[in-house]
Amino acid sequence: MSAVADTHAQDHHHGPAKGISRWLLTTNHKDIGSMYLIFSFTMFLLGGAMAMVIRAELFQPGLQIVQPEFFNQMTTMHGLIMVFGAVMPAFVGLANWMLPLMIGAPDMALPRMNNWSFWLLPCAFLILVSTLFMEGGAPNFGWTFYAPLSTTYGPPSTTFFIFAVHIMGVSSIMGAINVIATILNMRAPGMTLMKMPLFVWTWLITAFLLIAVMPVLAGVVTMMLMDINFGTSFFDASGGGDPVLFQHVFWFFGHPEVYIMILPAFGAVSHIIPAFSRKPLFGYASMVYAVGAIALLSFVVWAHHMFTVGIPIVGQLFFMYATMLIAVPTGVKVFNWVATMFRGSLTFEAPMLFSVAFVILFTIGGFSGLMLAIAPADFQYHDTYFVVAHFHYVLVPGAIFGIFASAYFWLPKWTGHMYDETLAKTHFWLSFVGMNLAFFPMHFLGLAGMPRRIPDYALQFADFNMVSSVGAFMFGATQLLFLFIVVKCIRGGKEAPAKPWDGAEGLEWTVPSPAPYHTFATPPVVK
Amino acid sequence: MAEQQANSAGAPKGNARVVGWCMVSVVGMFAFGFAMVPLYDVFCEITGINGKTGGRYESTEVAEADVTRTVKVQFLASNGPGMTWKFRPVVRSVDVHPGEPTTVNFYAENPTSEPMVGQAVPSLAPSEGTLYFHKTECFCFNQQPLEAGESTEMPLIFIVDKDLPAHITKLTLSYTLYDQGKQVSAAQNSRKETTTNDNG
Repeated sequence: MSAVADTHAQDHHHGPAKGISRWLLTTNHKDIGSMYLIFSFTMFLLGGAMAMVIRAELFQPGLQIVQPEFFNQMTTMHGLIMVFGAVMPAFVGLANWMLPLMIGAPDMALPRMNNWSFWLLPCAFLILVSTLFMEGGAPNFGWTFYAPLSTTYGPPSTTFFIFAVHIMGVSSIMGAINVIATILNMRAPGMTLMKMPLFVWTWLITAFLLIAVMPVLAGVVTMMLMDINFGTSFFDASGGGDPVLFQHVFWFFGHPEVYIMILPAFGAVSHIIPAFSRKPLFGYASMVYAVGAIALLSFVVWAHHMFTVGIPIVGQLFFMYATMLIAVPTGVKVFNWVATMFRGSLTFEAPMLFSVAFVILFTIGGFSGLMLAIAPADFQYHDTYFVVAHFHYVLVPGAIFGIFASAYFWLPKWTGHMYDETLAKTHFWLSFVGMNLAFFPMHFLGLAGMPRRIPDYALQFADFNMVSSVGAFMFGATQLLFLFIVVKCIRGGKEAPAKPWDGAEGLEWTVPSPAPYHTFATPPVVK
Repeated sequence: MAEQQANSAGAPKGNARVVGWCMVSVVGMFAFGFAMVPLYDVFCEITGINGKTGGRYESTEVAEADVTRTVKVQFLASNGPGMTWKFRPVVRSVDVHPGEPTTVNFYAENPTSEPMVGQAVPSLAPSEGTLYFHKTECFCFNQQPLEAGESTEMPLIFIVDKDLPAHITKLTLSYTLYDQGKQVSAAQNSRKETTTNDNG
């Protein structure tokens, strides 16, 4: 059995092809993972630049830099690019790199589809970003593209936006199928489901979520397309449709989507915290069940985004309590991370710093989520900066810090070099301070009544907005340091041993650093 | 738990099965997205939660008004985007007894120099009362054509159900009148006029 695999490995592919065709035609999970990560970081900088435009305009009250029309395009594109271009591809990149290494597989199960699902993404975002240069401008109706704002009143480029969403949806679905097939079929002998590393578990569940909701997103944009171009009235009241229906269908996708963006981070942090606490993860099984519970609950809470559109009292109560129920499995996870650290031999290298900040700040974001879940209180918070503060607290120190933690944790494995620890810690502290400075005042602004998605605001909001903008500039500029650290680490640095973190566990640390182009041609045996 | 013995030799067949199931789920969920449209309509019709009043009400039982109870019914009329008609209720509100058929009129006038067609879309608040508000005759059941400069009074005959929950003492019926273009089949013309990219 193993002999067959060995000869196969020696017959073909000794290393990567040369030139551009290596990247265009590659079916190697490590190459594709790297491309996903590079693409994601490019989109992160692009979406971040748009956030800088937003914060520059909001630095002072009044209109200084951009016109309201362009401001609306910036908020919309920032949201779309960060969600679909930065966070989701980053996790797919991590999955591509790490899943085969973690389960002892030679590659992803469907390598050609893997190549295709990556290369669809640049096409989708080329279309999306090109709308900025079209007549009438880019989509300007917010990343949630509520009808009829996006159908009846949307710019002509909306059709391109819809097409881009279709393509990125196809890409995500193919990526998810690949992940499921890899995890179910390619595990090393002896690796039962309950022996799988948590990153593998969280990605398996994330992939199921993707398969369940990305088609619904495709459906809702298809309905928009037909309303705009083919005279149907799905969301048009004058033709017998209902705009509220849009919100139901959208959020049926949208709520599981937010867990798609956080569950893989849960998984990664569940590797990093035990590694730097030099203790096994506390409560492995409960972690798995908690992720499963969160994923299931995410399908029955969507209307908490819509309390103010007019939901009967019974519906409000149901969605309020169902939403609060999610705090229970999330609480289990936070408890387990803290319990893992409790009485551990902690050291605070950059991955650990990002992970500890993840636990603390994500919990803050979770608490503001609980506040928003209270239906009667939500009428006050709805569409204010409090909501903006909430979802940035779960996405920036949640998803993005999770990605940074993962990047630093596995960079030695990817590049064969240790990154510059001093610079990485600087990156962490500047990000941490900048991020809190940017987003914490938004809580106060929202509670004081500042609406979201406005280019100008009343005078009493001026000071907090200025603080927030300063924090945002700081956070934004700091990410260039991250780029520098990664480039420096790729080009050289201290040689990384196969297992650079003494507390780390898992099959990925049994292969040399940098991980050879082909790994686990012979499956390892997991006891 | 056949997957537990997964190995590279058994993978291709297993992959086909996994991909097959995933594709079935993807197609199923795409269809589910569209199925939400009729499901939503049926759900709202049964529960009345979106305030859309039902079609023509026909009852075989001879209604006897409940004179011990009075419900105030208010009327609102507004125009959809781009609609130029004058549109208002003749009376702003009436007090009715549950079970008693009541007739009210809405005034509509086409001030333009073109014949036009309008369609009124009703909505009732609170939505809890929707199931207890019956219309036996309503101009909203049909499109309303008006010649240039023509005006009309459009009738609405309704009955408030005797089973209306006791805590509801007031119902507000609002109509939004939409421009349906020059003829019945010209619904797309109105779309073209109302679709703008002007957000300023």
